[in-house]
Amino acid sequence: MRSLIDVKKASSNTDESVVNGQKNVGLGGVGRSKKHESADKQVAGEAIYVDDRPSLRGELHAAVGQSTHAHANILSMDLTAVKSAPGVISVITVEDVPGHTDIGPVFPGDPVLAIGKVEFVGQPIFAVAATSFDLARKAVKLAKIEYQALEAVLTVKDALAKQNFVRPPFTMKRGDSDKAISAAEHQLSGEITVGGQEHMYLEGQVSTAEPTEDGGMNIFSSSQHPSEVQKLVAEVLDIPLNKVLVDMRRMGGGFGGKETQAAPWACIAALLANETKRPVKFKLARMDDMIMTGKRHPFENNYTVGFDSNGQIKGINIEVNGNCGYSPDLSDAIVDRAMFHSDNAYFLDQASVTGNRCKLNTVSHTAYRGFGGPQGMMTIEMVMDDIARHLGKDPLDIRKINLYGDEDRNETHYHQTVEHNNLSEIIESLEDSSDYQTRRLAITEFNANNAILKKGIALTPVKFGISFTVQHLNQAGALVHVYTDGTIHLSHGGSEMGQGLNTKVAQIVAEEFQVDVDTVACSAARTDKVPNSSPTAASSGTDLNGKAAEAAAKTIKQRLIDFACEKYQVDEEQVKFENNNIHVGEQIFSFAEFSQIAYMGRVSLSSTGFYKTPKIHFDRATGKGRPFFYYATGACVSEVIIDTLTGEYKTLRTDILQDVGHSINPAIDIGQIEGAFVQGMGWLTTEELVWNEQGRLLSNNPATYKIPAINDAPEDFRVALVPDAPNREHTIYNSKAVGEPPFMLGMAVWSALKDAIASVNDYKTSPILDTPATPERVLFAVEAVKAATK
Amino acid sequence: MTKNTVRFLLNNDVVTIENIDPNLTVLQYLREIQFKSGTKEGCASGDCGACTVVLAELDKDNVGQLHYNSINSCITFVGNLHGKQLITVEDLKDGAKLHHAQQTIVDNHGSQCGFCTPGFVMSSFALHKHNKTPNRAEVLEALAGNLCRCTGYRSIIAAAITASTDSDEDSFAKHYQTTVATLTEFQELPSPVLAGNGHNFIAPKNIDELAIELTNEPKSTLLAGGTDLALSVTQNLATINKLVYLGNVAELTNFEETDTEIIIGSALPYSKFIDTLHHYYPDLGEMIERIGSKQVRNNGTLGGNIGNASPIGDMPPALIALGATMTLHLNGNERTILVEDYFVDYKKTVLKSAEFIKSVQIPKPTPGQTLKLYKISKRIDDDISAVLAAIFIEQQGQKITNIRMAFGGMAAIPKRAPAAEGVLHGYSLTKALVTQAKVALTNDFQPMSDVRASDKYRMTVAQNLIEKCYLELQSANARKNIETRVVNHA
Repeated sequence: MRSLIDVKKASSNTDESVVNGQKNVGLGGVGRSKKHESADKQVAGEAIYVDDRPSLRGELHAAVGQSTHAHANILSMDLTAVKSAPGVISVITVEDVPGHTDIGPVFPGDPVLAIGKVEFVGQPIFAVAATSFDLARKAVKLAKIEYQALEAVLTVKDALAKQNFVRPPFTMKRGDSDKAISAAEHQLSGEITVGGQEHMYLEGQVSTAEPTEDGGMNIFSSSQHPSEVQKLVAEVLDIPLNKVLVDMRRMGGGFGGKETQAAPWACIAALLANETKRPVKFKLARMDDMIMTGKRHPFENNYTVGFDSNGQIKGINIEVNGNCGYSPDLSDAIVDRAMFHSDNAYFLDQASVTGNRCKLNTVSHTAYRGFGGPQGMMTIEMVMDDIARHLGKDPLDIRKINLYGDEDRNETHYHQTVEHNNLSEIIESLEDSSDYQTRRLAITEFNANNAILKKGIALTPVKFGISFTVQHLNQAGALVHVYTDGTIHLSHGGSEMGQGLNTKVAQIVAEEFQVDVDTVACSAARTDKVPNSSPTAASSGTDLNGKAAEAAAKTIKQRLIDFACEKYQVDEEQVKFENNNIHVGEQIFSFAEFSQIAYMGRVSLSSTGFYKTPKIHFDRATGKGRPFFYYATGACVSEVIIDTLTGEYKTLRTDILQDVGHSINPAIDIGQIEGAFVQGMGWLTTEELVWNEQGRLLSNNPATYKIPAINDAPEDFRVALVPDAPNREHTIYNSKAVGEPPFMLGMAVWSALKDAIASVNDYKTSPILDTPATPERVLFAVEAVKAATK
Repeated sequence: MTKNTVRFLLNNDVVTIENIDPNLTVLQYLREIQFKSGTKEGCASGDCGACTVVLAELDKDNVGQLHYNSINSCITFVGNLHGKQLITVEDLKDGAKLHHAQQTIVDNHGSQCGFCTPGFVMSSFALHKHNKTPNRAEVLEALAGNLCRCTGYRSIIAAAITASTDSDEDSFAKHYQTTVATLTEFQELPSPVLAGNGHNFIAPKNIDELAIELTNEPKSTLLAGGTDLALSVTQNLATINKLVYLGNVAELTNFEETDTEIIIGSALPYSKFIDTLHHYYPDLGEMIERIGSKQVRNNGTLGGNIGNASPIGDMPPALIALGATMTLHLNGNERTILVEDYFVDYKKTVLKSAEFIKSVQIPKPTPGQTLKLYKISKRIDDDISAVLAAIFIEQQGQKITNIRMAFGGMAAIPKRAPAAEGVLHGYSLTKALVTQAKVALTNDFQPMSDVRASDKYRMTVAQNLIEKCYLELQSANARKNIETRVVNHA
């Protein structure tokens, strides 16, 4: 009989590439700096994003008419001109929605198209399908809509005064903070405004909906959460979930912006596709994307702290007030995470942390890398600087003395014990490798000799809790097939947005079978392959999907072992997977050969895998529990120079030491850390969201909203991974999550800017520097410190 | 096939386009008509560089040579392609082998989501065509118009800085002579026209053709680099009925130096004259390097920057401070005026119907003259100024014998500061005098607040820049080499 397919015979051809100080585990790929699975295609323009898919026969293009009011009743809507505009095939309003009209992801509050009133400038009111992108965009401008303006809430202060919340306030408490503060030797209080952030994924929101033969819908969506897109599309169309398929090969960036807020565009495309029975693509033009999609929540926080003469905190009250925009979206969990991270790396002792979810008439703010954690940490980092200036100490000394302890001083304000805390070692190591103390002296000298320019330096740590704080999301599925030529097909519930998730999960599967990673092909995330998936978010992509894929691979591997034992009459220990081969007793088969033999022996070579995170629980009623499986830690030293006449600045050098556990792919992890740091720095420096007094976003395009460009990257940029640091929790290969934690290392730049500003007054005043610290804010902070001198 | 169609090379193939709406951008043309989706749309406003492609064109100064320019295809109209070679990311590979500009990004792990990557590849490709061993500063200058949201740039810089000396010749090098010959043939063709959807494009070859065109149809829209004009189409959804492209008009793309002046054709892109200006006025060279991005400077022109009369254009204040003049042409008649006198009010100028800007004349410096330029923006790269200060001082000994201070972003038009100038003119600079000038500046300007800066910041920083100029002159006199600028800090 002819073999099923020609396969490579067993050989000892191995890949011995460098593994960057990590344990070499033979073939497979865990621990190696494998290139991103799409890198060759990306550089050649061959990687296909949703908008690059060949257009479908009869494909139409969608656009939506947007509210011009921040808060108003819709009195009348005349769409005659829209309907008769060139190229327009269909116009729909919420009246035309067959199923659910509310697409709020967790709580209701997000109408797919406005229902009688509008709650922010830019809210979609009606939708158009036309024969081209431009014709659709032109048509929606022809609507005549009469509004009855209502009072709009446009500031956090106003929302607080009116108790205008999207969800009820919540407090976490440990001990009696009021008493501890008043009993302490020193007290300070302060407030800070922390700006939001536009995701500015380079690929804007886009979805294509294609009607199928049984009244269903195939959706191609740039989404971090295909299963939620599936659910919401099914709901608005009033069809069962099994008639909707969502396919997501890759995103051109997500950063949280495509977690819940990719769905509306898929739903609208599906509604129009259902209406016209033609495929509909909905791609948001950049400005529309910036106007109509939510951002990182702006926050206004305040604190009152009591501390001893060493600067150690004895008690603290913190209030974080998130600007959630007009609807709940994910804001409950986001403000929770801001509260969970109000300690950052520090033991707060007696603490009370309250979070308010303010409802404003702006777009609904949403997930963004860090998910509220960064906004929460800013308060306590401000406290560190303020205590240091008050006591005349280096802020680094204050940070060190307040770190969580090992045996005691190790319980958070939500009563989770901080275990395996390595921040003291990380800080010590980084302080040394970055020459912090020597440079501190050099900076003092530079500042003494230069009237115009001043330098500053800061070291800030990050401790970030890993797990979705919503427990049920901490699960994942995967599907692995082994084919008869020995190649492997991998599907998992996670979505690739550039973070290298598919590469890492393929490495994990290759590792299990001890085969070259190139033999593992990772396909698009599809809801018909892996169902009921969680969003790829919370830095959990590899932790969850890696474990699920490993489980699937292990199942198949065990079947192969059982089959080998039976067929060749050997013990389990005599079956080994090594170097693309399977050793069975004395015999050696290539993985491909053995796959064929197993197939002929009627062994199932396909399996699902499943994983759920252990140990986690949190009781919101008592504010107590263990919401996080573990913490990811790291620290950053940044040095900046500022111009005291203009407020301009530059980051001169950045040193980072990040704990990623046993890295599955060091190159990808370092890429995540570098990118996260620069994004975090951008959030705190140049990225300024500006709304006018009517609630209209003015910074609505990349000409007015400035993310870091190439000259903003630190001139001297050194990133290292903590060596030999396997995660002591049993995560996938004892790695640690890396997507979000290093984002908050950008705080070192903000603190360094304040250090430079403080030098103007010989470090006697703690500058107040709201974020983003634009040149304007830096200049006015310099002037305020100068004024305090006089 | 008519002789006066728009004709260019798409990679190595000759392409002729007819019956295409001239409002179409090169990006739309590539993606929707050529079905080449490797070039990405990130913003459609020239701000992100994801759509970067390379245009090779004959080098006017070196016969038989090509010049490779990176441009933003999203804000370049198809008609501008005439006579050029359009190079896109899909055609860089040689069979299965990645181009140096691609392989180095792979090797350095410089792509994550990959959406910006084709743009970076093309910018790096253009850089290496003229500089096989670029240093860090050259890499940053070439890539400052490409945004990446994922990597933090270190890996991309490492890729682009990798010398390409050993790299194999690519297909464009192999076809170099053929390309030169083809493009030279294209130059001989009559002025191209393009009509589609009832809209027209024409690219006159000389000033007489242009003058006739404008006299016949004074409502035509003049198109130079299009880096601003194209936004009206891609962002405001306007449609332009008739585009008259200036980039092929010989007299408008001249560059000339006399003993006393630098004469710059109004339709000559920045990248063609930046080096000369840097030589005579270092501050001006450095400032121009921050106007837009490499892609914008490869298309954008002085005529466009002045012509659109933006209150925040960066060149007008510099030109006003320098006492530059401009020559205007109307149907065979020319007049020369001070750049300062060109601006009347917000977006209003002295330009008459059918009149156009032919050239700008910048005086060369003489001893005792200093030009100080300060561009203040939120971001260093590719950002519109909150305030642009241009201070030109002529001194005999310590005494100021001539001073012109012009500001952008402080009023509805780029404008001088007569009150502040008056305080300083005729005196030696002292701290006390500078303080008086700062106060006087409040009589010159009442700036406004907008998305870029508050009125208070604009005024404060403008005042401080006078002080900064003073401190820099002081330290120059004292021959002290104290750093005074963050942007140049390296």
